[in-house]
Amino acid sequence: MEKEYKTITKIAGPLVFVSKTEPIGYGDLVKIIMPEGETKTGQVLDTSEDIVVVQVFEGTSGLDRDARVKFLGENIKLPVSEDMLGRILDGAGKPIDNGPAIIPEDKLDITGAAINPTSRASPEDFIQTGISTIDLMNTLVRGQKLPIFSGSGLPHNEIALQIARQAKVTGKESSFVVIFAAMGITNEEAQRFVMDFEQTGALKRSLVFLNLADDPAVERLITPRMALTAAEYFAFQKDMHVLVIMTDITNYCESLREIGSAREEIPGRRGYPGYMYTDLATIYERAGIVKGKKGSITQLPILTMIGDDITHPIPDLTGYITEGQIVLSRELHRKNTYPPIDVLPSLSRLMNLGIGAGKTREDHKQVSDQLYANYAEGRDLRGLAAIVGEESLSERDKRLLKFAAEFERRFVRQARNENRTIEGTLKTAWELLSAIPEAELIRISPEIKKKYRP
Amino acid sequence: MAKGTLHRITGPVVIAKGLNAKMYEVVKVGNQTLMGEVIQINGDKTTIQVYEDTSGLKPGEPVETTGLPLSVELGPGLLNSVYDGIQRPLAELRKQEGDFISRGMTAPALDRKRKWEFKTTAKKGDDAKPGTIIGTVREYDTEHAITIPPNTKPGKITELKEGTYTVTDTVCKLDNGHEISLMHRWPVRKARDTQKKLLPNIPLITGQRVFDALFPIAKGGVAAIPGPFGSGKTVSQSQLAKWADANVIVYVGCGERGNEMTEVLEEFPKLVDPRTEQPLMNRTVLVANTSNMPVAAREASIYTGITISEYYRDMGYSVALMADSTSRWAEAMREISSRLQEMPGEEGYPSYLSTRLADFYERAGRTITLSGKEGSISVIGAVSPPGGDFSEPVTQNTLRVVKNFWALDAKLAQRRHFPSINWLTSYSLYLDTLEPWFKENVAEDWRESVNRMMSILQEEDRLLEIVQLIGSDALPDKERITLRIARMIREFLLQQNAFHPIDTYSEPKKTHMTMKTILKYADLAYASLEAGMRAQKILEIKAKDRIGEAKFEKNYEALLKAIEKEMEREFKA
Repeated sequence: MEKEYKTITKIAGPLVFVSKTEPIGYGDLVKIIMPEGETKTGQVLDTSEDIVVVQVFEGTSGLDRDARVKFLGENIKLPVSEDMLGRILDGAGKPIDNGPAIIPEDKLDITGAAINPTSRASPEDFIQTGISTIDLMNTLVRGQKLPIFSGSGLPHNEIALQIARQAKVTGKESSFVVIFAAMGITNEEAQRFVMDFEQTGALKRSLVFLNLADDPAVERLITPRMALTAAEYFAFQKDMHVLVIMTDITNYCESLREIGSAREEIPGRRGYPGYMYTDLATIYERAGIVKGKKGSITQLPILTMIGDDITHPIPDLTGYITEGQIVLSRELHRKNTYPPIDVLPSLSRLMNLGIGAGKTREDHKQVSDQLYANYAEGRDLRGLAAIVGEESLSERDKRLLKFAAEFERRFVRQARNENRTIEGTLKTAWELLSAIPEAELIRISPEIKKKYRP
Repeated sequence: MAKGTLHRITGPVVIAKGLNAKMYEVVKVGNQTLMGEVIQINGDKTTIQVYEDTSGLKPGEPVETTGLPLSVELGPGLLNSVYDGIQRPLAELRKQEGDFISRGMTAPALDRKRKWEFKTTAKKGDDAKPGTIIGTVREYDTEHAITIPPNTKPGKITELKEGTYTVTDTVCKLDNGHEISLMHRWPVRKARDTQKKLLPNIPLITGQRVFDALFPIAKGGVAAIPGPFGSGKTVSQSQLAKWADANVIVYVGCGERGNEMTEVLEEFPKLVDPRTEQPLMNRTVLVANTSNMPVAAREASIYTGITISEYYRDMGYSVALMADSTSRWAEAMREISSRLQEMPGEEGYPSYLSTRLADFYERAGRTITLSGKEGSISVIGAVSPPGGDFSEPVTQNTLRVVKNFWALDAKLAQRRHFPSINWLTSYSLYLDTLEPWFKENVAEDWRESVNRMMSILQEEDRLLEIVQLIGSDALPDKERITLRIARMIREFLLQQNAFHPIDTYSEPKKTHMTMKTILKYADLAYASLEAGMRAQKILEIKAKDRIGEAKFEKNYEALLKAIEKEMEREFKA
């Protein structure tokens, strides 16, 4: 029987300060029982002989100094079981779908441990998402963490859902288990996700964690860790391939800032805590493949860039940890292009591991490089054409200008349920490139040109 | 050893009470004896940064001093190893504890059971002082010199035994009582002693055309690669690690991605060193402290890396240290500093940031070692400026000490121009000091060719601004030709494909010949224009477009010569 303390001395924001305790472990789980019997959970953030600081996940509203505090002497744990698939849980891991209780097979510490770098296996399996701009130009591979950098009002959720629906590893029939972690998204958005999962029958192979906009902000700090703990369980204990979709990382970081300022820490850039990089790393780095294990974890975090600013600390630090990024463009969205993926700032760092002969096709890299080069130049020329008029451009420039437009119309744009094969995508790419004289295709070797140029 | 108790725990920084410790002394924290280091002493309270996750630590648990500063083990067995930031052998930990790093794990950095064949080079009765080489051990293809450690009192050798030994066996005794084994320890925060520093006037050949030709680095030089994410920083660094003509490579993955480390770990053993035909890993030491590993160990990883580099330098080798990324290191300092509630400097970084950066880079250089040999450490530090903003403190403080600046450009990367080094903003302050070497070893007109490349590229930049306004057709003929030549330089010289088996390495001679062939076209083009040839004709010369093929050609000499001939023929016709 754990001791209960009635020694709360201070309540500030999401933090509760408790004094005169016995030695309490750092990071321990805490239960706070209010006089009416309602309980809240929290975690020890700071412990000393004089005072213990607890962050309360449900927020401190309604708490007073009469509440009793109980320290459970262990870290936060997630009960796991294979029966979790098909279930909907709240942000703290409790079922909210009126289904039966989940009988845990094990209880896992949600902090997770770092994978020993020598134990990691290199990701190398090409995931076909059916979206040309990703498959050909920013290839996703199994075990990668590839975030979607979006802005408010852009269709990032649709893209994530489309990927979740269509993602498969060609040549291997095993499909993905999808773990969805919602952090501070609206009820409406959440419903669309769940409905889509139900309609496509994907829910059977999914696990949903929902922390909605009106749920406690501090709870958001554990939601992704819950989701990733479940992911590790399915991937490394049950040999499954797991795709983790987390939305919206921006809300997570806001919560982190809230806690930081409640603790009166010295803030870093834009008020975010100085340890945000390390903190985000403990989330994003829980992706990958472990040698000798059959499963894998692929992450698709979504973050909305505040003011569409890619240099804002959240996308900036994320980009330094993740293996590339898919960037959505408001301009393309305005031009009614779906998916509005801007390939130029987008990048997949692991692309080269998953493409080429035997994986996709031998011409994949060269075609992609050529498309990048031509599209980048074509886009640059738009500015010039606007000043001097298209007529005064050279023939070569006119061709590139036209190429950029066609590229957006035929290659970038596709329907929301259009599932393109990599062969189909490559075919379109070659058709676009056929408008360019052979000598100008300098990224493509003569042999490849001979073999594939229509 | 002195004992105290834990008083307060807030993340990776803890405070102990009643502990009688020295600054930067290593302590064992809590019941699990986690490793930590003293970073502040305030009356009865000692602040400790802990190298492992502190979850579950309670006030009242014991803290014990070890009497030693944070040190690394130096001796045979370092090469081909993978360590974390505090030199724990990761492969060994995996064997013991499995795929995830749990807490309180320890294993000696150097294998205690492995035996090494020790050959003596000194003899009984010889004078021995710090730096004296007493014998050698063969570590893969590297002759690993065993020296009298720098902190030993001079004396005479009374006993010296040849044979097979483990790293801890005594192989040599001195008349003052010192016993020497194959390994010794050295505190990481202290630079190892040398006799004197030399001027860096020999280039570190990287095989990357843009570096060797336009922005060369010297052996013993320091370079910074800043780059916003996605600008090809990691590829550039691993290309340098693979191809630079250093004897030993130390690669520090400081706060970087796990999967990227895996790529290095999987790729290096497969890579064959073009000079020795041995796996590259056999002359490499990797220090991998990924972003999700404890932040205090990340702070230490840079020091661990440079100390190991100094050890091999002391044997007379040229060492290349790649630190990826020093920004993550600075951030680790900031994180710990803010937990100490120190008054922050610019952007929350501690005010000692610039001193620490300068101290670190000063440990590079070309030196006469204690043993009288010449060795060097070249440091190539990656910087990751937030938002690509070079005015931030880490980049700025780094620029104050480094001599090379290789500015990666995200725009170039987007156009798939690799290595995406911006030729206008990058610089090398070694061009003059290295000129004599290139003159003597590659070609008399090396510097002249380089200068012409640079001036054409600068001219291009100026012309492109005009083109932006009036279009390229409105330019005079000569300028149009210049633009074409600049494009050739960019495509045929600067761009290099890291993934192509031949193009991945370009020896200085090849780089020089490529420059010469491009200049040949330039000379012919300008001369023909003077002589009245139509510009359009000059631009349509076919052979010049084939210069790029030499990149992928083993027998580039013959090809480039043929192209030159063909160009001459076309111009004549």
